[in-house]
Amino acid sequence: MTGAQLENILKKHDYQKSSLLAILQDVQALDNYLPRKTLEAMSQRLQVPLTQIYYLATFYRAFSLTPRGDHLVTVCTGTACHVKGAATILNTLERELAVQPGETTSDKKYTLETVNCLGSCALAPLVVLDGHYHGRMVGTKVLSLLKGDKKDASKKS
Amino acid sequence: MPLKSPDELEQLRTKILEERKAQGEKKGIVLCTGTGCRGAGASEVFDAFKKALGKKSAIEFKSTCCHGFCERGPITIVEPLGIFYQGVTPADVPQIIAETVTKGQVIEKLLYRDPATGQTIPTEKAIPFYTKQNRLVFGNNRHLDPTRIEDYMAMGGYKALVKALFHMSPEEVIEEIKRSGLRGRGGGGFPAGRKWESCRKAHGDIKYVICNCDEGDPGAYMDRSLMEGNPHSVLEGMLIGAYAIGSSEGYVYVRNEYPLAVENVGIAIEQATKMGLLGKDILGSGFDFSLVINKGGGAFVAGESSALMASIEGYVAEPRAKHIHMTESGLWERPTNLNNVETWANVPVIIEKGADWYASIGTQGSKGTKIFSLVGKINNTGLIEVPMGMTLREIVYDIGGGIPGGKRFKAVQTGGPSGGCIPESLLDLPVDFDELTKAGSMMGSGGMIVMDESTCMVDVAKYFMHFLKDESCGKCTSCRDGTLRMYEVLDAITKGKGKEGDIEFLEEIGWMTAEASLCALGGSAANPVLSTIRYFRDEYEAHISAKRCPAGVCTELITFTIDPKACIACGKCRKGCPTEAITGEKKVPHKIVQAKCIKCGTCREVCPSDAVKVA
Ligand SMILES: Cc1cc2nc3c(=O)[nH]c(=O)nc-3n(C[C@H](O)[C@H](O)[C@H](O)COP(=O)(O)O)c2cc1C
Ligand code: FES
Repeated sequence: MTGAQLENILKKHDYQKSSLLAILQDVQALDNYLPRKTLEAMSQRLQVPLTQIYYLATFYRAFSLTPRGDHLVTVCTGTACHVKGAATILNTLERELAVQPGETTSDKKYTLETVNCLGSCALAPLVVLDGHYHGRMVGTKVLSLLKGDKKDASKKS
Repeated sequence: MPLKSPDELEQLRTKILEERKAQGEKKGIVLCTGTGCRGAGASEVFDAFKKALGKKSAIEFKSTCCHGFCERGPITIVEPLGIFYQGVTPADVPQIIAETVTKGQVIEKLLYRDPATGQTIPTEKAIPFYTKQNRLVFGNNRHLDPTRIEDYMAMGGYKALVKALFHMSPEEVIEEIKRSGLRGRGGGGFPAGRKWESCRKAHGDIKYVICNCDEGDPGAYMDRSLMEGNPHSVLEGMLIGAYAIGSSEGYVYVRNEYPLAVENVGIAIEQATKMGLLGKDILGSGFDFSLVINKGGGAFVAGESSALMASIEGYVAEPRAKHIHMTESGLWERPTNLNNVETWANVPVIIEKGADWYASIGTQGSKGTKIFSLVGKINNTGLIEVPMGMTLREIVYDIGGGIPGGKRFKAVQTGGPSGGCIPESLLDLPVDFDELTKAGSMMGSGGMIVMDESTCMVDVAKYFMHFLKDESCGKCTSCRDGTLRMYEVLDAITKGKGKEGDIEFLEEIGWMTAEASLCALGGSAANPVLSTIRYFRDEYEAHISAKRCPAGVCTELITFTIDPKACIACGKCRKGCPTEAITGEKKVPHKIVQAKCIKCGTCREVCPSDAVKVA
């Protein structure tokens, strides 16, 4: 994020401290994470302690303080997906990618995350790969998905 | 041009209706592109229809949001016959246009087949999933393109607003809502009319109304579907509420994970503002009201009223003690009235049809209908709307079509992380606020997760405690540490490390967490644990004493074996096993080397002859 980009976002929100959450959302949307430098600049410009920004950034699930990988794999662990076997899917992915939820593989290719319900419970259990929903998942299907197996027609959402 | 009077609104409505009448009974296609159907590929179907129809104006093509029957998505309805097609793919599109739309011929393979009778059912109306419902609030989704205010107008939209603004005093509106018996649909079930009244009576010139669309309950998505599918009904409800309360500013707080809801309510606000239904001097009544959208940051506790307001103010969403009600001192310390999406959407219905009519639906203490998300181990997954007081049995078996795969029903979980599990012995329980609470669960926002014999109830309790320990904001020690301790004990039990006295210990911390916590997150955190202990104590005991998981879920307590008689020695499991724990050759029944097995379940998944057994 450049200084000008940050300035634009701040301006859009009228430099209001009460819009901090929305400002962070805009930064996250642009960079896919919250870079430390940007947060420091934000703290300066808005005259808000960095601790307060950090407090917000770590409280809400929507934010990440580390850069994400090229691909985002999200496993729904909502209740409907859980009773239909989301834990097995998540275990498979953790094993295969050798990361825990919230982490990024060392080659920066994949970030693994979990989410609580995507409103597509009828397709449970659900995995989202880069915004494409893949429903009625099983362990073997999720592996072929990672391998880019084209047989699993992807559904954009 | 903004409309300046009720007459102008009616003239516009008449114009829309006449235009539609002049076009006659148009042949039309309705495609659901709600989140559920999109997940199943509705976007591709949408593109295929657009491409195939081109600019052929003789066929009206409408994309709506959720109809509820998500299990069967993508759903397409061909009008005027009302032919219901399920599981539609882009490849089916040319045939639908050529045969059904043009010639009125039905395509058998796309019809819904009743699993009970094996018969196909051509129209939506005749499908058992729909017949038992009463879709007072949710039903309009099916007829509306949520991005077109004209569609809402054509269905009588904003009539209730006119009635309230021009024919009722604010007090009369409040009285009407009170008499209707409407209770909040967001969880607590607080009478809406009473909340409005105390906010109206509170001191202060500036008052706020807020719509809670945070919907943090994992497994519930009715608020989202209403917001995505019929945002104007929520706006109309909020306008009426604001008029009654004496508020001119409102907020819609939407969960971060719901981009389509944010988009559709944004479009709705823009259109309503253009038409003069939001803004200054609405329809010449002298009443002003404007709305702002706030996106949440993805925290369950942010759905709690005081936490939500802190979040709007730009702070971390932590609840505060409510010695003073939000209706007296809420957002920016001003009187604030917060209601849930579904609560707001009920308001225009009540004002238009009258409190008496509304109160005739439902039970003594719970009036009207409720939308539930019926999910989990159930044949007809989706959103349903039923009158309060319908029994669980009717919901699960008549509407839900029972449990898939011939499995046995075990429990329904209601009320989300604050609720509990209801066992088979209570299937005839009439579902309303009070009965669910008596059974040790709660209505919550309306999640209903069906569980069968292969669901482990200790694992379910652990699942919710994992959720709650993560989502507890950490302000109260009792909640932060209580949920964590309960999780640790449950985790140990599911790993075969449970010991005598664990159940009593859970009951004790559960009680303490509930008693000592500030907000309802901690206050109800023990419900999933206490209700499963209450109804499924034997399962806890099996885990603790016999180190056995009867449902075959808890990996540390189960073993995978291959039944040599059933094994056809195809080698699929051997190839699939990630730890090379399976031995065997062609024509020799395979075996699992237990020391290497990590119980990932791959062998069971790939086995074509069901030879992998779990015990
Ligand atoms: C932890 C917690 C989470 C909540 N989440 C929601 C929610 O997502 N949506 C909602 O409408 N109410 C939620 N509530 C209930 C709200 O605090 C509040 O009671 C409700 O929005 C009021 O609206 P109603 O009276 O129309 O139900 C939650 C409560 C708690 C304690
Ligand atoms: S629980 Fe996974 S989509 Fe709802």
